[in-house]
Amino acid sequence: MEENIETDKKTARKNERGNLSLKLATGAIAGFINGLFGGGGGMIVVPCLKYLLKYETGMAHATAIAVILPLSVLSGLFYTFFGDFSWESAVFTTLGVIAGGIMGAFLLKKLTSKPLTLIFSVIMAIAGVKMLFF
Amino acid sequence: MDWLWFTVCGIAGGTIGGMGMGGGTVLIPLLSIAMGVPQRLAQAINLISFVPMAVIALIIHVKNGLVATKGLWWIVLSGLIFCTVGCFVARWIEADLLKRLFGGFLIVLSVFQVYFAVRKKGKDK
Repeated sequence: MEENIETDKKTARKNERGNLSLKLATGAIAGFINGLFGGGGGMIVVPCLKYLLKYETGMAHATAIAVILPLSVLSGLFYTFFGDFSWESAVFTTLGVIAGGIMGAFLLKKLTSKPLTLIFSVIMAIAGVKMLFF
Repeated sequence: MDWLWFTVCGIAGGTIGGMGMGGGTVLIPLLSIAMGVPQRLAQAINLISFVPMAVIALIIHVKNGLVATKGLWWIVLSGLIFCTVGCFVARWIEADLLKRLFGGFLIVLSVFQVYFAVRKKGKDK
């Protein structure tokens, strides 16, 4: 009996260590992408939390924001410090994003996202090809 | 009139972001392709414009108990170190190369998105 408890503890510690390296890897990949491309980190963190660390969908999305927010603040400071900043674009885009974000959160409850995801992916791929080759 | 178009781009990116489908991957190409904003500036705008909305969303999520705080610091710490590296790489490489790399990143992301959407559909049956 006691031996079993010992083994359980060992397994728990091992899982914890495994989780820690997965967490460090998730942060490293998402961080590098978010710094290099100025975004897209969430697209890495959400699937990592969901499929590697087995978080539920809602929790994965919410926790991803907690991860990406500090990274975006730091990256934004670096970009601004490097001279990539303009007041007009920053202020109006930010206002737009806040308005759109509220709209998106409401739409999410009304629309099924699967066909939307597919349409959106195709548009994204076209934009990607344009930026890569033209 | 530019301010109007910046607002429109923001609304488009924000709506997609609010729906949890990655607002930055819409906003950056919109600013870059449609508005002709230099790639690095488009990326900077995306980073900054995300912050206020993310703060609001995060407060709501924390109140609803949806944020898993256990071990969160390890992800954030590792993320902060590597995003610094990413920022410097973005600064050092040519803007044109950065734009092309971003294009490649979008293609890879869209392939993954289709794969996961299709796989999910299969599971529902």
